[in-house]
Amino acid sequence: MSTHDLIVPAAAAAARPWRERLGTMVPILVLAPSIAASFIYVFVFTLWTLYISLSNSSLLPTYGFVGLDNYASLWANRRWNIAYTNLFLFSGFYIVGSMAVGLLLAIAIDQRVRGEAAWRTIFLYPLAVSFIVTGTVWSWLYNPVDGIQAFVRGLGWTDFSFALTANRNTAIYAVIITVIWQSSGFAMALFLAGLRSVDPDLVKAAQIDGASVFRTYRRVILPTIAPIFLAVAVIQIQFAIKTFDLVAALTRGGPGVSTTFPAIYVYDLMFQRGQIGEGAAAAMMMLAAVAVVLVPYSLWIVWRRRAEGRNG
Amino acid sequence: MSALMIRNLHKSYGSLEILAGIDLEAKTGEFVALVGPSGCGKSTLLAMIAGLETVTSGEIWIGDRLVNSVQPKDRDIAMVFQSYALYPTMTVRQNITFGMESRGVPKAAQAEAVQRVAALLQIEQLLKRKPGQLSGGQRQRVAMGRALVRDPKLFLFDEPLSNLDAKLRVDMRTEIKKLHHRVGKTTVYVTHDQVEAMTLASRIAVMNQGSVQQFDTPKRIYDRPTNMFVAGFMGSPAMNFIPARLTGSTSISVRAADGSDASLALAAPMPAGAPKDVVLGIRPEHIYRFTTDLKSRKPAVASMQAPVELVEPTGAETLAVLRLGDLEITGRFEPDDAPVMGETITLGIDMSRACLFDPTTKALL
Repeated sequence: MSTHDLIVPAAAAAARPWRERLGTMVPILVLAPSIAASFIYVFVFTLWTLYISLSNSSLLPTYGFVGLDNYASLWANRRWNIAYTNLFLFSGFYIVGSMAVGLLLAIAIDQRVRGEAAWRTIFLYPLAVSFIVTGTVWSWLYNPVDGIQAFVRGLGWTDFSFALTANRNTAIYAVIITVIWQSSGFAMALFLAGLRSVDPDLVKAAQIDGASVFRTYRRVILPTIAPIFLAVAVIQIQFAIKTFDLVAALTRGGPGVSTTFPAIYVYDLMFQRGQIGEGAAAAMMMLAAVAVVLVPYSLWIVWRRRAEGRNG
Repeated sequence: MSALMIRNLHKSYGSLEILAGIDLEAKTGEFVALVGPSGCGKSTLLAMIAGLETVTSGEIWIGDRLVNSVQPKDRDIAMVFQSYALYPTMTVRQNITFGMESRGVPKAAQAEAVQRVAALLQIEQLLKRKPGQLSGGQRQRVAMGRALVRDPKLFLFDEPLSNLDAKLRVDMRTEIKKLHHRVGKTTVYVTHDQVEAMTLASRIAVMNQGSVQQFDTPKRIYDRPTNMFVAGFMGSPAMNFIPARLTGSTSISVRAADGSDASLALAAPMPAGAPKDVVLGIRPEHIYRFTTDLKSRKPAVASMQAPVELVEPTGAETLAVLRLGDLEITGRFEPDDAPVMGETITLGIDMSRACLFDPTTKALL
């Protein structure tokens, strides 16, 4: 055995830990920027907003502590109350409505219709249109002078009335109808993917068991794709809460303040009126609205995972 | 009376023909296996019996009813699927009662039926669980329970054991056989595993390319396959096919390893008009080491020389690959009496068990 043979293994042994260390560090190095960014943008700025909401900031952030004064003045404002109520009304109708329409569309397409790809594209297309464009186009449709009302009257029904956005009690429903049009295609796509993933043998078994089509969907297919209902709901809740541009383009919060949403209100307070403290308080209330939904959801997920772990 | 009768059944998708004129019949209480390679149309045939696929032409009779256009639920059948197709969100009990629930059977009768089937299959302790919490064998039992609870005229099994591991498959095979003996229902069983078909069925339909090649008892199919496809498909290791020439009405010659022709006497004389060139089909277990003792026990044994290329001991038996001219044949030997690699062995071929085929039509002579 020559000295050469002895040196090579020693060198290899020295090289290996260094390489191994690099190997273990690569994932950390790759992930570090995004972890740092999300930590700063999510947690640091959330805490900063929380602090500002407790301060006497007006045009610029100042740090005089005023306790819950901003929250008190926020909740004393009728416009904020309308905005917050609108948020829940809108979210409820939006999620239930777009899921119902999306599910019906998905089931209809799942019946092996001819030209399935074309139908899918048609129903999914609204999602590709920005909220601003959707809002603008639908505001024309709702406009009594040159929209649907004028069209139907032109056909001869001269006392036909369709002016949802002109009435402060119905304007919110105009927003809801528009957003359902926009997003039910998205729900449809997810539901359709779910329906397609169901084992076709299950449907055959139900057929032999003598279950009707309705019963097969209600008892066999839809329970199987229950996780998709949750996924659709969670994605849409956060769409609902940050609704801003659609309303800005469609009704501008009006008539009056009837379609004001929290996001519009926050924007108004912070950038139009120079009341950063109260704006931050409103933003914190929006966070609370999200948390009301998502915290129980994530707790439920954790609980379910543990329960599954126990049962094997 | 036959429980199932199929007459000249055709199925095609556009110009693609899946089934080309199937005739099949199952007597009441019979266990019929449909066996064949994948793509032979056996699963399509089963789906048509179940009513899950439409009939292109032909007739399907269940009992004394023509069911061509009868809904699956009204055909009085039950089916066990390859994937089991248990409803994943329901408990085992709900899985079993779902069919009765759909047909509006009273609750008390449902509970009684579940109890009866659960006791029969020994799944009482699983009734509250969901399919996701069961092992493969347990799911299999539940799937059978769901079928049994209907008390149908006809049981359909679509490759029910192919998702189980080897050991469990053998156990469940035995159980299905026991169950069939106890329940005595007419059963149609689709499988690609010829051992399953041989062990379970009272009659086997061997299918290939959309038609039934042979429909007979397992013994007849194994001993007297009607053509080279059936002969090669049934049995493992497969039957050896050896080209041979007819040298008289009672003898054939085959080319041995050293290039010389070995003459083998036939057990029965060939009919007149048989082709000069034939294919000798011989199963591995009908090839022995030649001894005078063997000759006295089996007078139809013919002998020839062959070198041993390879030996594969499997424990219970030893397979030997033997060189014969430019082809290899497989022989099955007792481990204690097995040849060794490189040895040239004198083979004793039991000609009373040999099959002769026509090389052009592939049919049994």
